[in-house]
Amino acid sequence: MALQAATTTVGDNREMSLVEDLTRTQIVQYAGASGDFNPLHTDEVYAKQVAGYPTVFAHGMLTMGMTARVLTDWVGDGRLLRYGARFIKQVWPGDTLTARAEVTAVREVDGQPVADFTVVTRNQADEAVLTGTATARLDP
Amino acid sequence: MTVERFPVEEGAILLFARAVGDPNLVYSDAGYAATTEVGGLIAPPTFIQSSAQFDPDYPLRPKLGQAWFGSGRTPTGRSAGTEGASGGGGTKRGTGLHAEQEYEYHRLVRPGDVLRSETRPGKRWEKQGRSGKLVFSESITEYRDEKGELVVTARSVGVITEAPVSREES
Repeated sequence: MALQAATTTVGDNREMSLVEDLTRTQIVQYAGASGDFNPLHTDEVYAKQVAGYPTVFAHGMLTMGMTARVLTDWVGDGRLLRYGARFIKQVWPGDTLTARAEVTAVREVDGQPVADFTVVTRNQADEAVLTGTATARLDP
Repeated sequence: MTVERFPVEEGAILLFARAVGDPNLVYSDAGYAATTEVGGLIAPPTFIQSSAQFDPDYPLRPKLGQAWFGSGRTPTGRSAGTEGASGGGGTKRGTGLHAEQEYEYHRLVRPGDVLRSETRPGKRWEKQGRSGKLVFSESITEYRDEKGELVVTARSVGVITEAPVSREES
């Protein structure tokens, strides 16, 4: 069921738990699926000894991919017209992430109802790791 | 950078949906997907990123017969002389990170689509961060189908840092 313009109001929001205790294996799983094998994400030895990070960290795109679900589970399948994100802070193995989406506008584009959203994903310390915006096509 | 042929496959979509932890059956169960509004399997919103698999020159994938900058016998396979030379990697002197990503969807991506993408450079700007200079560069990628119709437009911003950073300052 897609979201309906008639019952959607600015300020409506949804929260979703994305991952608890993110594993290095899931980061590697994303590397395999996306094709991005950057050793900063997949190689502990390289990340620590060469790049100077405390350990490997998740691809920003893994967080963006996980975060999409708070929108698609809400607005319906295949309804996104636009989705953008900024990677604010690194996501580390062991992190627990929660995403929150909120309606910022309900408007019409070419006679079709759409809604604009902000989205923010936070870690277990309540720090924002990703902020973004999206636009989705609604039912009337 | 151009990806001449990016065949969108059902199995690749399944693996991608698993990797991002999205159990929605519209990405993995053709029978279920056929009963939904979209009428069949579709790709998740960020799946298009995996076009990198079909870029022959993609620098963040080990390639047969070429030195890889990740660890093997030593912490990096990249010799001191070439350190920092290729994009996307990291050294104590600098790290390439993904700062921002945006997609505009013109139509749904489905298994069976064969896409072609072309990337062009966008804006470039600099910022002074706490751990040194940050250089941002934007690229725009257009994904088109076999009829030449626009499917997805992607905008990506990368940042090169002088030292390892916590992302707050970008």
